[in-house]
Amino acid sequence: MIRFENISKIYNSHSVALKDVTFEVKPQEFVSLVGRSGAGKSTLLKLLIAEEKPTGGKIFFNSQNVLKMHNRELPSLRRQIGAVFQDFKLLPNKTAYENVAFAMEVAGKSEAQIKSDVCKVLDLVGLKDKMNNFPRELSGGEKQRVAIARAMVHRPSVIVADEPTGNLDPINTWDIIRLLLKINELGTTVILATHDKEIINALERRVVSLENGTVFRDENPGRYILS
Amino acid sequence: MLTTLNRVIKSGFMNFWRNGWLSTATVLIMTITLAVWTSIFLTNVVLTSVLNMLAEKVDVSVYFNLDTKESNILSLKSKLEGMKEIASVEYVSAEQALLIFKKSHAGDEVLIKSVQDLPDNPLEASLNILAKDSSNYGVIADFINQSAEKSAISKINYTENKIVIDRLNNIIGVLRQSGAAAGLALAFIAFLVAFNTVRLAIYSSREEITVMKLVGASNWFVRGPFIIEGVLHGVIGSIFSLAIIVAVVAFLGPKLLNFLPEINMINYIGDNFWFLLLFQALGGIILGVFSSWFAVRKYLNV
Repeated sequence: MIRFENISKIYNSHSVALKDVTFEVKPQEFVSLVGRSGAGKSTLLKLLIAEEKPTGGKIFFNSQNVLKMHNRELPSLRRQIGAVFQDFKLLPNKTAYENVAFAMEVAGKSEAQIKSDVCKVLDLVGLKDKMNNFPRELSGGEKQRVAIARAMVHRPSVIVADEPTGNLDPINTWDIIRLLLKINELGTTVILATHDKEIINALERRVVSLENGTVFRDENPGRYILS
Repeated sequence: MLTTLNRVIKSGFMNFWRNGWLSTATVLIMTITLAVWTSIFLTNVVLTSVLNMLAEKVDVSVYFNLDTKESNILSLKSKLEGMKEIASVEYVSAEQALLIFKKSHAGDEVLIKSVQDLPDNPLEASLNILAKDSSNYGVIADFINQSAEKSAISKINYTENKIVIDRLNNIIGVLRQSGAAAGLALAFIAFLVAFNTVRLAIYSSREEITVMKLVGASNWFVRGPFIIEGVLHGVIGSIFSLAIIVAVVAFLGPKLLNFLPEINMINYIGDNFWFLLLFQALGGIILGVFSSWFAVRKYLNV
């Protein structure tokens, strides 16, 4: 479904983010990308949603080469991938409801469908009663749940989560992880980048470990082991 | 397509409202810019009419010998009227000249009496020529000097006033050019201020633009609301600016009328109200849309 082929990303001679990374993610898998800060986890996810371009290699999404896509085709690629970020990246001038609805609006969905789906998803993440609040009126955990609702509302085939619990306390962290597991059970592929050892070891799912920009371990089920 | 357009417009209005302070600041800057543009335009209108008034005060008179037949004078008049440089030619016969002389010296009995004592009318018939442009008097004087009626002419006062006319022409030319240059420079500065205000406002939204793109919004879906906001800034700015201009003219107009009775700014604003509103609204919309378009473009490349 997703295949990284000999991917490298070199910012300059002193800063090599990824070197010859190759691995594949199958449909409905739950894959964790682990590694220290700067190991290249975030960079890999940014390459998949074409936020950045690699220096070399190929990235296939549903057998389409992401790097060969024209700028005009990127919106439709991104609508098939739901992204969750460490810093939430909510739109500050939109309410929780509008933030989630935005992901459907960009795809041109009808108002009626948006209304019904957004309410359902906000209910699923437990924020139905806060749907008219602005991000500044929500806690960190609530913001991240809105972000997850936004990432899943248009039923993407993949959700990529880049350190989604990095800014959260342990209780909120587990809420978010449970949500991601639930989404995965419903049939969505999940790629989770994290450096939280406890989470990885409790998940018992496939783990791809990155170090210094290369894959040094890929196990299913895997544990959090760094050299 | 219609749904998207509807969403873009709605989103533009909502952002304008929710960005309260930023929108207020941008509208104020837009108001100032448009008011400066309109003031430059109106100053130019006043300056042009003052200069035209000055230029109209310059004319050239051709005086004919006392025994010249009227038909000769009229023949020169019709030739002159055929010249494209000439705005009007007025024939003043010797009798009319005498009447004018008596009228303008009505209080001076000695002078009137001495004229009446003369056996013949001492005043010469003349043609008063007004050129379309005061720099054309040289050409006109040359034309008269080469005409068949040359022998009947006693004098052309252009030759006498040449230095004054030339100097006036220079002053008018310099004033027109420097007025235009200063106006353009000021208009450009005002444009830069408004343009950079919009750029700063959009700079503060750069992360939002990135987020929208990462969630799958097309360039148009991101840019659209900013352009709608630009239109709103322009339209509201133009209404405020026109209100300021009307208030200032209502205050200054009567004072200006005391100096220059020919220039009635209040009437001018009244007659051109819709034109001025359109001029400002269009200026505001173009300025707002162009600035937003240009500022957003930079952050769309995600």
